[in-house]
Amino acid sequence: MSAEKKTDFHVVNHSIPRRDGRVKVTGKAPYVADLKLIGMAYAKVLRSPYAHAKIVSIDTLRAASRPGVYCVITGNDLEGLNPYYGHAVKDHPLLAIGKVRYAGEPVAAVVAIDERTAFEALEFIDVKYEELKAVFTPEEALAKDAPLLHEKQFEAGALRGFEGEVTAGKGTNICQQHRIQWGDVEEAFKKAAAIVEGEYYFPMAYAYAMEPYVAIADVTDQGVTVYSSAQHPFMVRHDLKSIFNLPVSKVRLIVPFVGGGYGSKSYTKIEPLVAACSWKAKRPVKLQLTVEEAMLTTRSDDAYTWMRTAVDAKGKIIARQAKIYMNTGAYAENSPLVVEKSTNRCVGPYAIPNVLIENCSLYTNTVPASSYRGFGCAQVTLPGESQIDELAAKIGKDPYEFRLANVAKPGEEFFPKMRPFDGTLKEDLETAAKAIGWKNPLPKGHGRSIACSGSDAGAYPLTSTAVRVHADGSVTIMTGSTELGQGSHTVLPQIAAEELGVPFDNVNVVSSDTAITPYDRSTGASRTTTLMGSAVLEASREAIQQMVVMAADVLKVKVEEIQVVRGGVRCGEAQLNWSEVITKFYALPDGEVIGRSYIRKSGKFSQLPVFWEAACTGVEVSVDQETGKITMEKLVTVGDVGLAINPALAEGQDIGAATMGMGIGLFEELVYEGSQLVNGSILDYRLPRFSDLPKEVELHLVQNQDGVGPYGAKGGGEASLNSMAANIANAVDRAVGVRIRQAPLTPERVWRALKEKELQNSKVQKFKE
Amino acid sequence: MTDGMRIVALKFQLNGKPVEMECEAEETLAEVLRNHLNLNGTKVSCEVQVCGACTVLVDGLPVSSCTYLAYEARGKNVATIEGLEKPDGTLHPLQQAFIDDFAFQCGFCTPGMIMAAKALLDENPQPTRAEIIHHMDGNICRCTGYVPIVAAVQRAAGVMAKESKK
Repeated sequence: MSAEKKTDFHVVNHSIPRRDGRVKVTGKAPYVADLKLIGMAYAKVLRSPYAHAKIVSIDTLRAASRPGVYCVITGNDLEGLNPYYGHAVKDHPLLAIGKVRYAGEPVAAVVAIDERTAFEALEFIDVKYEELKAVFTPEEALAKDAPLLHEKQFEAGALRGFEGEVTAGKGTNICQQHRIQWGDVEEAFKKAAAIVEGEYYFPMAYAYAMEPYVAIADVTDQGVTVYSSAQHPFMVRHDLKSIFNLPVSKVRLIVPFVGGGYGSKSYTKIEPLVAACSWKAKRPVKLQLTVEEAMLTTRSDDAYTWMRTAVDAKGKIIARQAKIYMNTGAYAENSPLVVEKSTNRCVGPYAIPNVLIENCSLYTNTVPASSYRGFGCAQVTLPGESQIDELAAKIGKDPYEFRLANVAKPGEEFFPKMRPFDGTLKEDLETAAKAIGWKNPLPKGHGRSIACSGSDAGAYPLTSTAVRVHADGSVTIMTGSTELGQGSHTVLPQIAAEELGVPFDNVNVVSSDTAITPYDRSTGASRTTTLMGSAVLEASREAIQQMVVMAADVLKVKVEEIQVVRGGVRCGEAQLNWSEVITKFYALPDGEVIGRSYIRKSGKFSQLPVFWEAACTGVEVSVDQETGKITMEKLVTVGDVGLAINPALAEGQDIGAATMGMGIGLFEELVYEGSQLVNGSILDYRLPRFSDLPKEVELHLVQNQDGVGPYGAKGGGEASLNSMAANIANAVDRAVGVRIRQAPLTPERVWRALKEKELQNSKVQKFKE
Repeated sequence: MTDGMRIVALKFQLNGKPVEMECEAEETLAEVLRNHLNLNGTKVSCEVQVCGACTVLVDGLPVSSCTYLAYEARGKNVATIEGLEKPDGTLHPLQQAFIDDFAFQCGFCTPGMIMAAKALLDENPQPTRAEIIHHMDGNICRCTGYVPIVAAVQRAAGVMAKESKK
């Protein structure tokens, strides 16, 4: 815990209304979908009907000669570009080249005077395919006679965030492997007092950012400018720089408000294709996908996990072993990092002395998987937190007490070589138990569960910012962090206002324009408050230091004689606010001071993860035994956030994440039948709606100022999703005595499990008779 | 540029002001609002009448403007999010309540959500929680988990009841 624990906050730790409130409730907030450039054309995409096929020929003549069509672009037209991109592995062509690897892959694009003209021209493109054998699951992809998706080896993406080796293209369909190991697992399982073992499946999920992928590109001899709904503009810039072989200074990404991300808009998506369209059409081009097309662009990795966990006679967890197969789809996207993270996240948040986790992701002929809120954690928390309950039941312990006895303790180095645990899970669990009424009697058919998760969060610490103090004392923050709805445009000014002692309303934010705002690596992994927040805090302090020197100059005293007070300086009787310091220094009512900050992997950020993202959720469910339908009676979230810069926003992240997790726990799942995604529309993909709202909801924050971020803050935003599927499975087991190891727990799956149990019981009954 | 497209004359009231224009017969109300009238507050997401992001009011009733032909609005009163704020800048109680209750994050569903809630409160000024949930079930929000939206609608109902007593 930090020695300088500040508590007398003026702006921070208050639920100040959102900075983007007025523009969003009046419909004035700009999203890329709302933007138009002069002379802008529109693109539409032709997609492959086959999961795996050679492209024999493409004839674009009929489409290209239609009225209103500027050009048609295919994989044959990309000479002069480096058409393969990828954050981890450069395996992804911006349009299919030579073959297609999933049904829905972009094969060609038409650029036309308007969207409808472009759309209508698509059917005049003649593509001849030669179908190839396809694989859809990790098991099929691993088979000896499996067709190869990728024949050649790829370059590593220059922005790799994982330490693993690129296995893609080495003669198998393996995309990435990762393994962690400590202690002696075999020996531990031999000595165990009790063991549970099982196989689990976590489904493919669709994030459904309500604003589908959209981008406008303008490629000229001046460079490449792209307006995009991207979460990580600087990473997209890097891919575009490589594709067009340009210096960084000639690639500009501009991101206005983003209509939801949840990980699905992290890393590069449609930007290379739009930029190639503009490059060929020689004019600005807009490409807006439909939701159906967005569903063919990114999904979460589905995961098949075998796991076993062991406990000793005293009730201490002594070993965990898991083997995970993840289905990464046709291209690696960010899945290699998801593989690494899900491997690590099998352990947390427990101190387990013997661990062996092996993870392998496979290329298959399905929609490419990438980041999804929680980054692989939900996939392995379903098995992980299910087994905690299964194990507790086996040794006759209360699962809540069992967790209390085993969770990582504050400061404990529970994961070798990583940052010691910086949360207070015991307090989190106690808060959740109290809120859910753990010991209270329950009606028949009801069950409760409390589960937790701890993720190595914060991604990589590389963030910079500039805080400009103007001559009137108002402030502009230049930040590369994107406003996705999480509230960064509110939280960052709160920090600057706190440090500089200026009114919150006088602090403005300019964000996410790579030509203007300093480098920030990403907006994801719950990192913005911690890393960009720290950068804003440091830059504000650096501006103050500069203004102290300026004040000394103005007052003709030594720098040491200047005392910083809230909103300005004092020296003896003389007191100057920032505006007075700046205007007196420049002798004009103009000018500014620029505070800067560069955060890197050093100092308090030298150890990874940046922080452990910990949270608990608690649920009470009731199960209709006739239909198998689960009703959410109550939901509790506990965010272990160190300090909430804006408590209402932090709670908003928790309830939002928990609701997404509830969706996967109850009904969300992308379903493949053969080569086709059969529920690739919002008509068929079931999302949480108002009527799915739990009957009661309680949101709690635990604030011990134990984080590495500003004033002891840590990130939130993902954690409450991670434990929800396991929580629902555990609560169903406690309600009606069936253990379901697959999400979502649809009424059919619950009903089948209940029937199976009835059948077993009647067999046992007959045997006894 | 469509072959054989049909241009139709269109007259309707938009946020209390008359509009006279031409559009293609197959254009939706959302397309006309966004592409011809530069009213970008109405958002389009699912395009299949499931998510509610594009909700506007036609003669006081909520419709999905993504699938509602503009032609169908002729002679009718269309209300969009842009019409809620008073000329003096005062927000509608629903807009203010959405800010006060943190009832949005990314904001993409918000205009449709507010218009759907307005239709409810215009019809039923004091709805119960169950009535709010039932009425709003056609609007999806992926960010907030709906909890603060229900609170905002309740708060706005309270404010509007007080205002009407004045």
